[in-house]
Formats: sequence, C-alpha cells, structure tokens
Amino acid sequence: MTNWIDIGALDDIPPRGARVVRTAHGCVAIFRTGDDQVFALDDRCPHKGGPLSEGIVHGASVTCPLHNWVFSLETGLAQGADEGSVPSYSARVDSGRILIDAAQLSGQLSDRSAA
Amino acid sequence: MKQRLVVIGAGMASGRALEHLFAADRDGWDVTLFNAEPRGNYNRIMLSPVLSGEKAFPEIVTHDDTWYEENGVTCRFGEKVTHIDRAAKTVTGETGAPLAYDKLLVATGSNPFIIPLPGHDLDGVIAYRDLEDTNAMIQAAARPGSKAVVIGGGLLGLEAAAGLKLRGMDVTVVHLMGHLMERQLDEAAGYLLRKALVDRGINVLCSSNSKQILGRDGKVTALMLEDGTELPCDILVMAVGIRPNTGLAAEAGLATGRGIHVDDHMLTSDPDVLAVGECVEHNGAIFGLVAPLYDQARVAAQTLLGEPAHFVPREVSTKLKVTGCDLFSAGDFGDGDDREDIVFRDPARGVYKRLILRDNKIIGAVMYGDTADSSWFFGLMKDEEDIAEMRETLIFGPAYQGGDPLDPTAAVAALPADAEICGCNGVSKGDIVAAIQGGANDLAAVRATTKASGSCGTCTGLVEQVLGVTLGDDFVIPAAQSICGCSDHSHEDIRRLIKSRELKSQAAVWQELAWKTRDGCHTCRPAINYYLLADWPLEYQDDPQSRFINERKHANIQKDGTFSVVPRMFGGMTTSDELRAIADAADKYDVPTIHVTGGQRIDLLGVKGEDLPAIWADLNRAGMVSGHAYSKGLRTVKTCVGKDHCRFGTRDSSGLGIKLEQTLWGAWSPHKFKLAVSGCPRNCAEATCKDLGVICVDSGYQIGVGGAAGMDLKQTEPLAQVASEQEAIDITIAFYQLYRETAKYLDRPYKWIAKVGLDWVKERVIDDLDMRQALIDRFAISQSVYQKDPWAEHAKDRAETYQPVADLTLQAAE
Repeated sequence: MTNWIDIGALDDIPPRGARVVRTAHGCVAIFRTGDDQVFALDDRCPHKGGPLSEGIVHGASVTCPLHNWVFSLETGLAQGADEGSVPSYSARVDSGRILIDAAQLSGQLSDRSAA
Repeated sequence: MKQRLVVIGAGMASGRALEHLFAADRDGWDVTLFNAEPRGNYNRIMLSPVLSGEKAFPEIVTHDDTWYEENGVTCRFGEKVTHIDRAAKTVTGETGAPLAYDKLLVATGSNPFIIPLPGHDLDGVIAYRDLEDTNAMIQAAARPGSKAVVIGGGLLGLEAAAGLKLRGMDVTVVHLMGHLMERQLDEAAGYLLRKALVDRGINVLCSSNSKQILGRDGKVTALMLEDGTELPCDILVMAVGIRPNTGLAAEAGLATGRGIHVDDHMLTSDPDVLAVGECVEHNGAIFGLVAPLYDQARVAAQTLLGEPAHFVPREVSTKLKVTGCDLFSAGDFGDGDDREDIVFRDPARGVYKRLILRDNKIIGAVMYGDTADSSWFFGLMKDEEDIAEMRETLIFGPAYQGGDPLDPTAAVAALPADAEICGCNGVSKGDIVAAIQGGANDLAAVRATTKASGSCGTCTGLVEQVLGVTLGDDFVIPAAQSICGCSDHSHEDIRRLIKSRELKSQAAVWQELAWKTRDGCHTCRPAINYYLLADWPLEYQDDPQSRFINERKHANIQKDGTFSVVPRMFGGMTTSDELRAIADAADKYDVPTIHVTGGQRIDLLGVKGEDLPAIWADLNRAGMVSGHAYSKGLRTVKTCVGKDHCRFGTRDSSGLGIKLEQTLWGAWSPHKFKLAVSGCPRNCAEATCKDLGVICVDSGYQIGVGGAAGMDLKQTEPLAQVASEQEAIDITIAFYQLYRETAKYLDRPYKWIAKVGLDWVKERVIDDLDMRQALIDRFAISQSVYQKDPWAEHAKDRAETYQPVADLTLQAAE
C-alpha cells in the first residue's frame, strides 16, 4: 500500500542537485537529475556516513562528498569496486510537485528490505 | 571494545596488512603505526623511477594522511621504537610513555649491508634504501660534473647507477662477481645487460674487489680497488644487499635467526606478536621481493581476524626497472646433469632467451631484450606443465604454438586465464578479464578494481595488452591520460578546445567533445566548470551543482557532516571588534572547536549546515567576508608586521599583503593559491614555501613562485626583483592570471611551472610588458564578476536551500 505525500515543488531542488527531508528516522535525500527525474535515498553513505545530498549528481548517480563512493540513484547500490547499498524509497513528480511514499518511509526502521 | 594493534614500521608489507585488516573489519581495531622514517607508507620499489626523475615522490605514496585519518590510524612517524615489553604488553617509542597493545605487528624491514671497508663512515658514503638516500643521490647529481661509484651490480645497484646516469652523473659500477646480477641472470644475459649499460655510458667493472674508501676533510673522494686503481667520486653508493632488521625483536626475547622466526600464520614465538616483511625468516628463508611480502601481509591480517590462513612461499620472478633494459628471470638456472637448456639468441637485436628444463618441465627462465613471453613461460613453470609436445617451438613463445599468424598481442591472447600478469599483487589474466567484462575499460579502472600494475608498474604494458585483447578495437592505448572515463580528451586538449572552439557551456563541451556520459561525473564536472568560468567569465554562468560540496556551500565539510567557517582577515590583520564578533558567533552557534590556522586565520569548526547562513550574516554585520578557506582559489596572504613594529623590517609588508589580498580575493583558480609577504630576509611569514611569496629588501621586492609545503616541500624559485610596490602587485596579478588561464585543474603552481617552465612564465609576466598588462586586464574582468562575498549572497538569497525541503517528523506515525 502506498501513501503518496507532497514534500515540495520540483523547482525547490536545482537540476543535478538534492535537498533533504527530515523524518523521524533521520534525513532522506531527494535527488533531481539533469532530466528531471527524482529519487529518494537515505542521506547517509554506508561507508562513513557522508551526507549524500551534498554530493555531485551525474546521470542517475551521486558521488558521496566524503570519499567519492558512487551510488546508483535507481537502486541505491554502490558502483565500481565499492560494495554497499543505501535504502531507497519511491518518489515521483506529478504536476511539478515531488511526491514520496510515506508508507515506505514510516516502515523504514522496522523493515528496510521492503524499501 | 576495540582491540589495540601496534604496528612497528610503515613499509610495503605492513601497509598492505592494514588494508586487508580494515577491508574485513574497519571498526574493530585501534591502530598505532610507528615509523622510523618521518613519513607513512610508500612504494619503496618505485624509488628507482624517483631517482631517475621519471616519477615524483607523491606518485609513489601508497597511503596518504587522509587514508590514515579515515581508518583511525594514529601515526607516529619519525619516531623509533626503543623497547618492547612483552610481559607488560607495551611498546615504548623515543618520545612518550609505554603504549599498551593487545596485538603487536613487527615490520621493521631490513637494513642495507654496509661493507666495513676503511672509510665507510665518510660523508658521501650512502646506501640505497629510503627516500633520504634517494634525495642525497639526487642532490649529489645536481652538481655539474659530479661522479658516482656504485658498489654492487645487483638489482638495486644497477637501478641506482642507471638513475644517477640519467641525472647526468659520471657513474662507475664496481661488482665483485664475474657478471652482473649473478643471482638472477646467467652469464650470457649478464653480458648483454652489461653491454647495454656500457652503451649508455656507465662504466662497469666486474670481478673487482674494493679495498678502501679514500676521503678528505671527512668527505669521500675516491674508491680504491684491490689492484690499486683509484676511482674518484663525490658519492659512493653501497648496494650490496640487505639484512633483516631483527634488533628490536631479539632484544624483546623473540626467537630470531637470520630474521625474526615466524610460523605459517606469521606468528612469532609470542602468540600476541606477529611479524611480516623483510625482517622475517620463514622455514629458513628470508624475503626481498614484494610478491611474497604481500602474501605475508594478507596472512597476517587473517590471523589477526582469527581466520585460518597459511603463508606458502611462491615462485617469484624478477624484472629490472631500468627503462630500455628488458630482462626477466625466474626459477633455477644453475647447471646440473639432470637439466637441459633451450637457448635462443639474436645478437643483432640483443635478444637472449634461455629455458632450463628438467623432466620435460620448465624449472627456470632467463630472458633479455624481449620479455614479451615471460608470463607465459612463468605460468608453465609454476604449473609444472609437461612441455614435451611443444618442445620444438617452445622457445618461440605462445604465438607459435598453434601456427597462428604473428600478432603483437597474440602472446597475451594465448595466455591461460590463471597466468599471472601482476606479480606484485598476484593478479591473474582471468582476474583482469573479469574486471574488464565487469566494465573496467581502461587502465585506471582495471587498476582500481584489481590493483594490477599498481605497485612496481612494470606490467602496465601487459595490462594494456589484456585490455586490447579483451576489448578488441574498442580499446586504443591512450597517448595522454584522459580527464576521466567520460572523455578520451586530456585536460590540456580540453582547455585548448574550450578556447579555440569557443565552447561556453558545459553542454557545449559535452556535445562538441563527444562526452560518453550524459552529464559528466564528479571528476570532470568541477574541472570543466572551472575552465569555462576562467576562460569566459562574462559569458559562462558558474554552476554550483558542478562544484564539490565545500565550494558549493562555501564551507569545509568535516568528517561528521558539520562545516567549518573561516572569516577573511586581510593580510592576517584583525581588530578587537572582529574578534569580539567571532567570539559572539562561536557562543551563539555552539561552536565546539576554534582553531588558529597556518595562514593566520581563525577557524570555527563544527558548525551545523543549517546554521551556516545565519552565522555568515552575523559575521557580515561585523564587516567580515568569506575567507574562501574551502576554495580552489585565492586563499590567504600571510604577513609579518613589517617596519611599523619590527626593528628589522625594511618595508610595510603587512600593508602590501593587505593590498594583494584585497586585489585577489574571490578569484577561482585550478587549485588553491597561497601567498605571503615578509618584511625582511629573516622571512617570518615563510614566504619561500608559498605559491607566490614576496620578501622585502632594502632595494625593493623579491618575488618567488612555485613553493609548496604540503605533500611536497618546495622552495620558491625567483621570478623577479622589482623596485616599486605597484610593480610587485602587477607581477603578482599577471602571474596568477597566467596560472588561471593555462594550468591543468588541480595542479598547484609548482606542478604547472614544472610543465611549462619558469622561463616561459617569465617571458609572459616579466619580459613582455604588453602581455603583462593584458593579463592584468583580463583578471580585472574576471574579478568584476567573481569578487563578491558568497556568504552575503547565500545568506540573503539562498538561506532557504540550507534547510530541509520538508519536515516529516510530525507525520512519522502514519
């Protein structure tokens, strides 16, 4: 079951940029790619806890600002030689508004694999 | 509870052991690393290219400060360990109290063997072991007409001799045995090697015994041989072998022989003490080549982790790192009744190959001049393959084993998957092919995924051939290093094309220069963004999304995700009002740490990202602007107080420093740019290790450029001496603008000068006054756009973006 909630306008996030959403379980980073897709991942690199929302967004990937780990925004999986993954959540754009699935967000602590 | 691991010695083995340990368990260990050398781990086998000038020291550093910091390693470099107390389980260094350990890893390496000839303690007699020795040789070679004698015609001695010759010295090698490298080469190959070295102008004396080292005033002047010959020299390098460094371990009561005794798990006679590297003795053998040391490192790490692992010595091969001398040797090549040889010679090309067979198996191989097939032979040898069926054509290599036509890459193509390509890191052809099939489609990517060619580098060509064979026509061995995986163009080409084809947006660069990715990556985007804003300040709009976080947020991100805030203090001068405002801001925003930086600024560390716009606004109100302590741009101008206060000061150094900083601040450049102005040659502002430094003297201003005091320590080189303050300012601006317009992104000025040459810079900045003025004019245009306080701008217009876009904490119950 999904529960889409509006967290802001697409234009609140610059293209190839990110902002965070504060949740009860920590910050979630909302990414906007160069072609206006949006993705939501935990704002925490599994390597050293770097804030992924501060990284450089390229293609459908983001590079962690601390040690240059690169993650796929689509899967949350680390790319290249690094191994690790970031929990990701459903997000979409509707009429210029960004929606994310609150059902997944609230379930994030009890059942991360569902994300 | 973390286990305390103390490591004595930061060599290649211990560095690799720590890598394995952290890869498996990053948080389980509290590591303290002692090193007698005043630096961390570097690739010691690459000192030869450093000596010859083919590489710079930073290129051979394997673990930098960041790595130690990231892994929480406490570094005690430049400190010898004086005592191990195994009963108390403590280690004592030269400074400091005994340090407790749960596990101890001894990696004290080896000492060079110094022949106790009369005069061996003279100044100028050195070994070839560490960076100090290398630098001593480089220094000696810098004197025109200087002479060197190298005692020892083994691997190390010959690499030293070739390097010194390349640096222009007159070099003689004195070798006790009848032919060079007698432990690795047979006589024929030794002869060819000698011939090649003599052709390069190196004097080689074999079967020569040294008798005495002669000196004058405590300094070496010549080596006297047994037969009375005197060889004059300014330095004498002894490279006759190494001895495991067991002193500390023996004193601590650990079992030692030639080396520190270890078992298959790399445990010494004390189960809490492990040892790896050149200091150990395992089943009677000691080790000098890197491949088995890496195996030991892996086993030691596994033992520490409680995993079962056994060290098994493996066959090792040798290659000489002298450019242009291709030789290879492996296995056993002594004579014997049960052995047969297959020999191939081509005297005109200087090629010699010899395989030593026993029972139809290869047990040894020596090659000189053409070593392309060496991995294939080495593979047959290690696998003890029966070669009876291909014996007739064996020596011609794998390309001839199926009648296939000759192709330069055929030898590599014919290698089986388990053939070893990178001996240092034990990487097989199969590993590399797997990496390539997994997407690693250039040398850098293969190196990153497999470590192949990452240590001594001699297999680089082979790795490229494997790339060529695997990728076919898709792989072209690149002439110059491309900017990143997104493009085949080098930085230099891209800068040129941006100017010549008037590319004024990132999209134009991506399209016109055939970018392979949609919108670049974290490596190329900041570089392209910089090139565009430097070349087209009026047309191009700076793209914050193509900047590293520090430059995008105008603050330095710290490892916990907080930021640091450094207000600008022009010329390092401040006021009580500014200090009061800084103190108030620190209190108001709960700043946990306040630090005074090396550039005479105050650093507020630990500021939360959301608070940045507010703290900036407070500092703005007190008249302060961003100090750009985070930027690839103008950083600081450090000054002394000059003649207003100092009794030695010749001029108003702080005044000049303030003027320079007021002119230059806000500008971006390929890398950070630091200045200093000293009021007299006593140089209290340390102007001689800055990117640009001015020293005031009675007659005017001495301007030096290309200094550094980071990874490299460089003294500035004199650019000009001028009489007026205005001319000093003009030259500084012109120099900075020339650097901004032509340097590669992330090259500091000293690296840029090394590439373009100081004379080239002088022609444009000093000699040609029109060009100097044009540079100053272009800088002014750029500053009209970029000299603005980003703090004020962000605090006013972008404060919102520093906050979360939404706060769902109240809806968490949904």
